[in-house]
Amino acid sequence: MSGPFRISGAGRLDPERKAKFTFDQKPFTGIEGDTLASALLANGVHLMGRSFKYHRPRGVLSAGAEEPNALVTVARDDARKTPNVRATVQEVYEGLDATSQNRWPSLAFDVGQVNDMASPMFSAGFYYKTFMWPKAAWKHLYEPNIRAAAGLGVAPDKPDPDHYSSRFSHCEVLVIGGGAAGIAAALAAAQTGVRVVLCDEQPTFGGSLRFEMGAEISGEDAYFWAQETVEKLRAMDNVTLLNRTTAFGYYAQNFVGLVERVTDHMAAPGDLPRERLWQVRARRVVLATGAIERHMVFGDNDRPGVMLASAARTYLNYYGVAVGRNVGVFTSNDSAYAAAIDLKKVGVNIAALVDLRDNPSGPLVEQARALGIEVNHGRAVVSTAGRLRISSMTIQAKSGGGERMIPVDALLMSGGWTPSVHLFSQSRGKLSFDAATHRFLPGATAQACVSVGACAGSDDLGTAVAEALKAGEKAARDAGGKGEVSARIRVSASEGWSGGMLGTGPAGEGSTRKAFVDFQNDVTAKDIRLAVREGMHSIEHVKRFTTNGMATDQGKTSNMHGLAIAAEALGKPIPEVGLTTFRPPYTPVTFGAIVNHARHALFDPTRRTPIHPWAEAQGAVFEDVGQWKRAWYYPKAGEDMHAAVNRECVTVRKSAGLFDASTLGKIEVVGPDAAKFMELLYTNPWEKLEPGRCRYGIMLREDGFIYDDGVVGRLAPDRFHVTTTTGGAARVMNHMEDYLQTEFPQLNVWLTSISEQWAVIAVQGPKSRDIIAPLVEGIDMSDAALPHMSVREGKICGVPTRLFRMSFTGDRGFEVNVPSDYGQAVWEALWAEGQKHGACAYGTESMHVLRAEKGYIIVGQDTDGTVTPDDAGLDWAVGKKKADFVGIRGMKRPDLVDKGRRQLVGLRTKDPKVVLEEGAQIVADPKQPIPMKMIGHVTSSYWSENCGRSIALALVAGGRDRIGQTLYVPMPSGTIEVEVTGMVFFDETGGRLNG
Amino acid sequence: MLLIRCPYCEEDRPELEFRNAGEAHIARSANIAGESDEAFETFFFIRSNPKGLHYERWRHVHGCARFFNAVRDTVSDKFLMTYKAGEAKPDAETLKTLGASAAWTNLSTEHLGGRRPARGKGDTE
Repeated sequence: MSGPFRISGAGRLDPERKAKFTFDQKPFTGIEGDTLASALLANGVHLMGRSFKYHRPRGVLSAGAEEPNALVTVARDDARKTPNVRATVQEVYEGLDATSQNRWPSLAFDVGQVNDMASPMFSAGFYYKTFMWPKAAWKHLYEPNIRAAAGLGVAPDKPDPDHYSSRFSHCEVLVIGGGAAGIAAALAAAQTGVRVVLCDEQPTFGGSLRFEMGAEISGEDAYFWAQETVEKLRAMDNVTLLNRTTAFGYYAQNFVGLVERVTDHMAAPGDLPRERLWQVRARRVVLATGAIERHMVFGDNDRPGVMLASAARTYLNYYGVAVGRNVGVFTSNDSAYAAAIDLKKVGVNIAALVDLRDNPSGPLVEQARALGIEVNHGRAVVSTAGRLRISSMTIQAKSGGGERMIPVDALLMSGGWTPSVHLFSQSRGKLSFDAATHRFLPGATAQACVSVGACAGSDDLGTAVAEALKAGEKAARDAGGKGEVSARIRVSASEGWSGGMLGTGPAGEGSTRKAFVDFQNDVTAKDIRLAVREGMHSIEHVKRFTTNGMATDQGKTSNMHGLAIAAEALGKPIPEVGLTTFRPPYTPVTFGAIVNHARHALFDPTRRTPIHPWAEAQGAVFEDVGQWKRAWYYPKAGEDMHAAVNRECVTVRKSAGLFDASTLGKIEVVGPDAAKFMELLYTNPWEKLEPGRCRYGIMLREDGFIYDDGVVGRLAPDRFHVTTTTGGAARVMNHMEDYLQTEFPQLNVWLTSISEQWAVIAVQGPKSRDIIAPLVEGIDMSDAALPHMSVREGKICGVPTRLFRMSFTGDRGFEVNVPSDYGQAVWEALWAEGQKHGACAYGTESMHVLRAEKGYIIVGQDTDGTVTPDDAGLDWAVGKKKADFVGIRGMKRPDLVDKGRRQLVGLRTKDPKVVLEEGAQIVADPKQPIPMKMIGHVTSSYWSENCGRSIALALVAGGRDRIGQTLYVPMPSGTIEVEVTGMVFFDETGGRLNG
Repeated sequence: MLLIRCPYCEEDRPELEFRNAGEAHIARSANIAGESDEAFETFFFIRSNPKGLHYERWRHVHGCARFFNAVRDTVSDKFLMTYKAGEAKPDAETLKTLGASAAWTNLSTEHLGGRRPARGKGDTE
């Protein structure tokens, strides 16, 4: 036998298939199909955890996903440690390694238990009231210590080595919940021929049929009917069956998130993904999510051995495990009788059954009495005893009077059943309170879904199955299902009950014992009453003040009790107090499932230029620019970044340099109205730009601020080759499309992104023409034929080129555009030519320095979305005679033409060796009291080897009027004196453009 | 994730393919340079931000790349209809009567019983 509490002949597992596992390093034997909880109970182990706040010993409450107590850490290896796993969900496999949590040094002896004795201190709102002062102590003292003491499991500290998969699924009917109702609905829907997905969180389908021994369909055990029907569904091509799959979130337009646990139950997962995320879009959703039993709220109702009656039945009838040998029962409805009867039948002694009702009657009550079970009606359990396991219960008449202590080793309880309306509520459906049965049921729907079975309040199996068949067929018909539905399901025997109670029993108030409402967050009935007394009159406030329902179980067993107690304290009916909002996820979902493939290289695409392999081979250091990898600098042996950049900058101006500018955004603007379109999108005039010439263009947003810039070449009267900043490529394209499609649709223009079609090799420096010329065919390279700011089409190295004569360094320069596939070959040819002239390759850092030496701005570095063309000293680029362009009105707004705006200027530090920090603030008077008035900030700052000093650009209030003035940059290490200058630091006359 | 009907592709496509582009039916003046400060303020800054029906622009950026207009209920997040750029703004009263029935898919102009305007400005099909 796998454990002394395993009952021979009971349960649905195969006792021959054993699995060895450990709990807190102690070895145990279970059966395949066991949960960790059932396998431990089979071995007589009830103590599985310690509570969150008081560190009270806890056992299992439930046999399912609603479990608040039995949380453990499951470890496969060093990196695979999953905390807060519900022992009632984790299946046992050979070698399973589970550890209890929130205890030190051991589960049986836990130092943190002093919190329980000091519990009068820890009333609701304790943390808010106590740890208020001093403020700094919260971060460094209170919070870390509270977190360490009040805690769940420990998060793993290594990267997750598992992989997760993801599926998008489209179906006509999604059925959530694989109990009797879900199976019936899926069968009816599937027979119409539409695509059906049926999911259930358990390893086996059947729902409550797994433990309801009294249910029969067509004269046989209803559980067998369920298995047979599921096999029938499995054989149908239009049906997807997903077990171990939780529908965790119901989103807009019938979009439902499912997570399938693929390998968490396997000893050897192999290459399978750990979990699979299903994103299902269903035409219709059938919710068959069942109901969850509530506990009874009474003194010390949390000792190990105290559990839900349905849980005890599941352990017996499904797992073949008796939860004790001498069991007490405390109930307020019929369902716990069934548990007592089932246990009694296999020889477990029922010490006493305590029923809160005055005159319980009906077949189950009679059957219990007939079996010799002592039924105490009109009585309540008022307390329990036992340290690490319940040893006795004390009962008392509801009206008070003498107490009687009854020894027990387990206590089953049932406060009635709460329909699982979580997903329905997530779908934004309205819940309505059914006063007769004291429960919230699905009301008006917000999406195309229907609730059937216990979650819709149908307590009887026959009713549930009948309505499910109808609903399944209707859902399929509404979604276009045509086939005939032949399914007929005859329920020949059924279990069914309603009723129960919410809140505490009659002896609840006034007792000094803890009557737990929310086990996981240690919230008692007293806490909720206290919250109401302290002024929390909204259920949302009560929830946050007491933390009732805020633990990882999200109050599946506690919310209704909490609501009822609050309503009673407020003297209001339950529906007037309202219900807290149900939010996804229904049960905890791993980050792995959500993040899924979007990790590492798949988190964000990496873009590489055609010349990337060459730069890599040369030992270039790369920097990330958006998604691009760009060559930052090319260090030679022994060079650091500073030395490499200095050498590159000097070489470019002495001879020449090659720069990979392929990341530039490029857009081709084509059509009869191309020039008109350019006139509207850029500040500059374009109509008169001759084909073959280029112009530096500035693009504004409608608000008048600089949005992007770039050199534009006119290839033909109806064709412009527009370049944008590297980072701006996509948004400039969007901006252009927006205006073309919606504001200027009358223009006959086509826009094409050509960023990735053309590789761009910038060759800059006095020797640039000498390097390029030998490779070019069909283009006259003389200054007269190809002046600065012109463009020609021809061939280089035998392949097509768009050859721009332009400069971003201030020296004679060219940008060689070639089709991307030829990029590296042409680069290598140019490199070979360059070697003859002592040229170098230079990276983005040198590019930045060289352009700053000339005062050329970089949009996004020297501008920040609040800079006008005039602020940037680019007023010359705004067409004064133009009647319209995007931004023409915005840039005339009063604030944008005001005096004293921040203008871009140059800064020279008084000490030429000092390089300013980019972003540093600038003040006029360093002696003024703090907080100082800041009049600007540094936007670009570099060491310029060519100038032999540091250089900087800055936005300074009224900057151009301050040229020649001394300003100050206060830094932690002291104040730096700077002189305001023009923006050009090198070759002010611009002669080198033709040098 | 919402499903949005692209009026150009005539298909319901997932929200991932689209990008919102702000309020619709805000016309840029043909003589924008001559507009007063107040008129420009209204045009550029002032938005209706309603609780309820919102006329807004979307772009099927990862699809056909077209900009189009939509009517969305900002309370329920439901799209009542989508229509091509340049088509007339649908009548609010008509949309209100349709609010309850537009449950699952979005409705096209035809579904609403409206007439599709003749091909014109901005309709380059």
